[in-house]
Amino acid sequence: MLDKVLLSDASLQEIDNELDKYPKDRRQSALLAALRIAQEEHNWLSDELIEYVAEVIGVPPVRAFEVATFYSMYDLKPVGRHKINVCTNISCMLRGCDQIVNYLQNKLGIGFGETTADGKFTLKEVECLAACAGAPMMQIGRDYYENLSPEKIDTILQALP
Amino acid sequence: MEIEFNTVRKAYNVCLPDSSRDQPWTLKSYQANGGYQALEKILREKTPASEIIEALKASNLRGRGGAGFPVGVKWSFMPRDADGQKYVICNSDEGEPGTCKDRDILRLNPHALIEGMTIGGYVMGATVGYNYMRGEFWQPYEVMERAMKEARQAGYLGHNLLDSGFDFNLYSHLGAGAYICGEETALLNSLEGLKGEPRFKPPFPATFGLYGKPTTINNTESFASVPAILRGNGKWMNSQWFKDLGVENSGGVKVFSVTGHVKLPGNYEIKMGTPFSELLKMAGGVWKGRKLKAVIPGGSSVPVMPAINIMKANMDYDSLQQNGSAVGAGSVIIMDETTDMVKVLERISCFYFEESCGQCTPCREGTGWLYRIIRRINNGHGTMADLDTLLDVANRIEGRTICALGDAAAWPVQSFLKHFGHEFEAKVMAMDGLYAASAGRAGAAANPANATADSA
Ligand SMILES: Cc1cc2nc3c(=O)[nH]c(=O)nc-3n(C[C@H](O)[C@H](O)[C@H](O)COP(=O)(O)O)c2cc1C
Ligand code: SF4
Ligand code: FES
Repeated sequence: MLDKVLLSDASLQEIDNELDKYPKDRRQSALLAALRIAQEEHNWLSDELIEYVAEVIGVPPVRAFEVATFYSMYDLKPVGRHKINVCTNISCMLRGCDQIVNYLQNKLGIGFGETTADGKFTLKEVECLAACAGAPMMQIGRDYYENLSPEKIDTILQALP
Repeated sequence: MEIEFNTVRKAYNVCLPDSSRDQPWTLKSYQANGGYQALEKILREKTPASEIIEALKASNLRGRGGAGFPVGVKWSFMPRDADGQKYVICNSDEGEPGTCKDRDILRLNPHALIEGMTIGGYVMGATVGYNYMRGEFWQPYEVMERAMKEARQAGYLGHNLLDSGFDFNLYSHLGAGAYICGEETALLNSLEGLKGEPRFKPPFPATFGLYGKPTTINNTESFASVPAILRGNGKWMNSQWFKDLGVENSGGVKVFSVTGHVKLPGNYEIKMGTPFSELLKMAGGVWKGRKLKAVIPGGSSVPVMPAINIMKANMDYDSLQQNGSAVGAGSVIIMDETTDMVKVLERISCFYFEESCGQCTPCREGTGWLYRIIRRINNGHGTMADLDTLLDVANRIEGRTICALGDAAAWPVQSFLKHFGHEFEAKVMAMDGLYAASAGRAGAAANPANATADSA
């Protein structure tokens, strides 16, 4: 039995739903999803949380650490309330992502990988997000924002809680 | 749910719905346009799997994920009648820089993918399918979930489909950020909850795939093309219709993502064999009235083509190959005359360095070398010897790795140097000139512009 409970019932239920997608003896297939769900609840994945997820899934902790460190969407330290992922790959570069990056960095006063002092925003550079026809683009949380301009960024950021 | 439709610039209603269709992602709209007719007929008439495979072979549909392997042939490799679980898997990882077609198929035409995968399950004797979507695809995931629910309620997914005795369950699986998971065996490992590291081949997935079971993996666009092909434009299984839309060796229509320095970036579902010049015209031409300098026609992994070569090429497998590149994922990246090719290659090399999974030494170390040398050249600290080293490193990666990411890192370097080597040399010489000048004349170093002019 787990001696400590680090996830809400809702999160545990969500993990169960993921487990239902795979054969009974292949619980590890839900590991990526379980880590995502845990991160959504806690903002980031602490060592303790990763170990807990491993226990929920029923795999050795090392498996969960391997996965948590391999994939780029897992945050292994705290991030802001809104994670701004700016694509700087070719199609976005050709359509001026440099200007978008500069604007965001100046506006927020932070560089890539940093979080604003009020804990509201984290800025991250990402690879192509498959929205190249709407370049330059960024993703905040679950949403894509395309055909960016400084004015558009102002409006988008202002609307975020 | 509101879904923006503005990236579809041209549709043929095979994979991309045209903009006259209201909410094409709904079951109702899909059915009103011939959707699920193919599956219904197959389930009702118990069409022999071999007939469907023959029709697909005759359609000349080639895999749309990059390698262009014929879909019908791949499906025939599956041991259909062998006992035990088998799987069909859709590769919706879409991470190749410049590629944005699968996202539109998932968002706008999810039922075409569901129908294509279910037919795939029927043909290959698989009762379970997974659609592996990259972790960033939240919106497509939600659209897919809703479409799958509609399909289940209508009896197109789940147990005993339309009372045929055939089962097919489909599940969405989200990745978590890793380009390498688009490589099919890395994808399998990722689906098993492991790091996305490619496996040695052989064994191939058709014999040893997901959980060690026979598995077929196809790209989103490959699966989504199947229903329309079997409908045959009104004549059942008339897959010749699809073949004839294209040219020899390149059947049908295909979605090209046109991006970069172009007036109307977007997805264009056009006939294979369409001249590039025509596609460029459809896309409004090069933006800002500028001249075309170069095009990467199939995503960052395929060789770059100078304007003069691409302008005489057609958008099909043979023609692009004859002119020095490849269809790849159909991601056409347009670069105008102002483009700094060294900077572009630096960005591409940075990408492969970041995304190498690290299993093979030539790729893990080589991609780092490539990136660092190109960055050095771009920053003005390169030497002429660096240019030789670059090519040497690229040549030593190519063909010596577990998966094709190594080749994908090498090809851009080789082709950029081949066609735009003078730009790399110019950056090196600008600096050499600067040093020479500063040695002789104090002050010249303070003004790089002068030094460049002197040495030119
Ligand atoms: C590094 C790498 C990345 C790849 N990424 C993708 C991808 O994002 N989507 C895809 O369909 N195929 C991708 N592929 C190709 C797949 O390995 C596989 O060939 C393809 O999914 C097969 O489907 P198809 O025959 O329908 O094209 C990639 C290959 C490599 C080597
Ligand atoms: S070629 Fe690169 S990405 Fe592919 S398996 Fe080897 S190290 Fe990994
Ligand atoms: S290059 Fe930015 S989304 Fe593809």
